[in-house]
Amino acid sequence: MGRITQRFETLSRQHKTALVPFITAGDPEPSVTVPLMHAMVAAGADLIELGVPFSDPMADGPVIQRSSERALAHHVSLRDVLDMVQAFRAQDVETPIVLMGYLNPIEVMGYDSFAARAGDAGVDGVLVVDAPPEESRELVEVLRAAALDLVYLLAPTSTPERIARIAEVTSGFVYYVSFKGVTGAGHLDVDQVAAKLLPIRRMIELPVGVGFGIRDAASAAQIARVADAVIIGSATVRRMEDLADTPQRIPDTVCDFLSGLRAAIDAAGES
Amino acid sequence: MNPSHDDTMQLPDAGGHFGRYGGMFVAETLMHPLEELRVAYERYLKDQTFLAELDADLRDYVGRPSPVYHAERWSRELGGAQIFLKREDLNHTGAHKVNNTVGQALLAQRMGKTRIIAETGAGQHGVATATVAARLGLTCVVYMGEVDMARQEANVYRMRLLGAEVVAVKSGSRTLKDALNEALRDWVTNVDDTFYIIGTVAGPHPYPAMVRDFQTVIGREARAQLLERTGRLPDALVACVGGGSNAIGLFHPFLDDAEVAIYGIEAAGEGLATGKHAAPLCAGTPGVLHGNRTYLMQDRDGQIIATHSISAGLDYPGVGPEHAWLKDSGRVRYEAITDTEALAAFHALTHIEGIIPALESSHALAYAAKLAPTMTKDQAILVNLSGRGDKDMHTVAAREGIQL
Repeated sequence: MGRITQRFETLSRQHKTALVPFITAGDPEPSVTVPLMHAMVAAGADLIELGVPFSDPMADGPVIQRSSERALAHHVSLRDVLDMVQAFRAQDVETPIVLMGYLNPIEVMGYDSFAARAGDAGVDGVLVVDAPPEESRELVEVLRAAALDLVYLLAPTSTPERIARIAEVTSGFVYYVSFKGVTGAGHLDVDQVAAKLLPIRRMIELPVGVGFGIRDAASAAQIARVADAVIIGSATVRRMEDLADTPQRIPDTVCDFLSGLRAAIDAAGES
Repeated sequence: MNPSHDDTMQLPDAGGHFGRYGGMFVAETLMHPLEELRVAYERYLKDQTFLAELDADLRDYVGRPSPVYHAERWSRELGGAQIFLKREDLNHTGAHKVNNTVGQALLAQRMGKTRIIAETGAGQHGVATATVAARLGLTCVVYMGEVDMARQEANVYRMRLLGAEVVAVKSGSRTLKDALNEALRDWVTNVDDTFYIIGTVAGPHPYPAMVRDFQTVIGREARAQLLERTGRLPDALVACVGGGSNAIGLFHPFLDDAEVAIYGIEAAGEGLATGKHAAPLCAGTPGVLHGNRTYLMQDRDGQIIATHSISAGLDYPGVGPEHAWLKDSGRVRYEAITDTEALAAFHALTHIEGIIPALESSHALAYAAKLAPTMTKDQAILVNLSGRGDKDMHTVAAREGIQL
């Protein structure tokens, strides 16, 4: 059993919802990433989504676009991201890590080579934004052979047929995109999310994480009532951007923010 | 997979693939909307009422058929094959782009969409989209890189006159590829009421096939016109390739004519060896960008790199997936022309024939000028003159140290 499945089973026994922060690897500079990952775990992160910088992040809003640009200014490549994961694993062998990004850097590295290197580095899962099931048959096979999970997205526009199709291929968990839009946009509607999760839960037994547009403790708590994981991206990255000139202050600030979310999510679970 | 010529006319497959190229590499939110678009496009392309309306618009609004012109003086000067120009520059709005926007706008109307979005580089596709949106009373938003807006002020003003909102894109390299990213972000947000009119044969399926089908009117007309004029098919076709819509529009109806040599001409910018160019087919490698797998300008980490061309319309790091397929199959030969060579052809056609070509089309003309002397006087080259050069006055003048 992989670390992702193990972590969700543990949380389920504890009746807890996972807190999943997203950061872009190498933002605002490469030396920040690994210490920040450890700090986020200490602040209550259950799983870390590590963004692989890409020059053309077409599904991301301006906040995460700029985080990619900052990392790319330091030439952070997919190989560098894998090195960061390996460095993280020297001190933490329990927290699952999911790489999140776009297909092209993986294409260029080659699926086999990527799967081998990611497995060696200690990556647990991969979420490729622009690789729907129709275009990832080969990738999913290669990753599975390397015991890596391929996490798929579901969206408000996913039809029952598409949900069924994704149910067949996703592993680890499934990531529900809470609204039609890009990351960090501002129109989260919790009732709509809850309504859409009903058919998804009927068709998918795996844990369901919800992301896009969760920006504070209140919205995190609301989502925690209906989801197995609360995924926080732009809200964290925005705080990092504010401190890009004083990166030594980033871990404390991000941890304060995540601790608040952790408390709100846990309180929501008890109510 | 080794492409076989027999497959070529049947492509793409049901998933939008041309061999290993093409496809639908987009986030889940767009998969169902793309499926709806595919169903609508396949239905209306067989709908006689729709096709009659499209034909009437192409005739009365666009001004089709566009003529084929025999550039006799220029041919004589080059001393070889006869050069014929397919005059897409005479279309309403000045380029081939409008063939596609007329078609997609009619489709948008049939699908009940009230808002049109588009990306644009040089502004030609933006103008062609704003034009049809004005005519049909549809809201129109055009995304354009901040850098391109500065180089193409007149087109920005034209779009605004036509009632479009032009949004400056400030992310990435602030050019065409970033405008495409931003248009995709808009579409994913407003997918219920919005139709995205992509301007070239790139993007996710069904766009490469759909834009091709709307542009093949160029090749169908030209094939009949040449046959009528000369009694036979041309020996060679030449068209410029950025995303590749004017080229595929000309080439496609000739793909089965084995005796016709076909040349697609990319922008070599300051020279392929300098790295400052926009020639993914000649000097790039396969990858995935903007919803399809194709040849790209990218670094060894898979990041898309900056392109350069004097012509904003060719300044794009990718290319339509069908061109990638046609390159691998060997059916079309892809070559590149530098900024300097394109400018020389721009001046030659202007002086000798009294036709001011777009800088994009000047790349095709420059290659024809190289090809013609290697052929005999009874042979014919058909060049797609995809647009007129009025929009390029400032670029050419500035390059030559003249202030307008």
